[in-house]
Amino acid sequence: MSGSSDFPGSSLRTVRRRVAGLGAAHSGTHHFWLQRVTALANVPLTLAFLAVLVCVAGEPPERVLATIGQPIVAIILLLAIVSITTHMRAGMQVVIEDYVHNEGAKVLALVGNTFFCAAMGCAGVFAILKISFGG
Amino acid sequence: MSDMHGAARRPLSPHLQIYRPMLTMMMSIVHRITGVALYFGTFLLVVWLVAAASSPNAFATVNAVYGSWIGLIVLFGFSWAMLHHMLGGLRHFIWDMGHGFGPEARELMAKLTIGGSVALTVLLWVVIFAVKG
Repeated sequence: MSGSSDFPGSSLRTVRRRVAGLGAAHSGTHHFWLQRVTALANVPLTLAFLAVLVCVAGEPPERVLATIGQPIVAIILLLAIVSITTHMRAGMQVVIEDYVHNEGAKVLALVGNTFFCAAMGCAGVFAILKISFGG
Repeated sequence: MSDMHGAARRPLSPHLQIYRPMLTMMMSIVHRITGVALYFGTFLLVVWLVAAASSPNAFATVNAVYGSWIGLIVLFGFSWAMLHHMLGGLRHFIWDMGHGFGPEARELMAKLTIGGSVALTVLLWVVIFAVKG
């Protein structure tokens, strides 16, 4: 069997692309792996987060804050926020790359995606720490 | 596409409207839509946390909005999107392992994802209202 490499002209990739060996995403498997690792982490973390929310739903504010501030609960919520915002960024990046074809708009959208996810992550982490340390 | 000088002359894949709608295709689309919805839903979660950390007044305001009927409808949708996206993700893990590509397996997993997400969401809210009144 002759592969496409025997007939350079019949390949769907340009010579430049084949040399770089990085595919259409301009990077290796890092993005795929990051998305899968955070997805795996999200399963127990979001379920635990959900359980905490169900527990505190309808409780008086002091009780809610006391529950969130407990070390084990706070650590689970912190891990969840970090894993969720990382997963979010990776996922939205793919959506933007699929639908925004204008190079300038795409770069702006990708940067906006990073800013939004970083802001969500930082705000969430800060809020949990503040509640936990009782500031 | 015309501005991509030097690009290889690649065939274009048919667009979405060419295909007959199928369950597995719909599930792929819904997985992406729920992902985008959860992206913005995270904002609601962070607003709640920041309000809780800010002041009793802010926390009471956010709780009142989230506890209103329209807030509860949004949270119900949020929870369904999360459970659906999670089950869809587990389906992707099965595919990552090299299983579940056959016609029957694909259809079965699609149905399990829909049925499972709806059942788990209803169960979740029954528990919330049963425990919390």
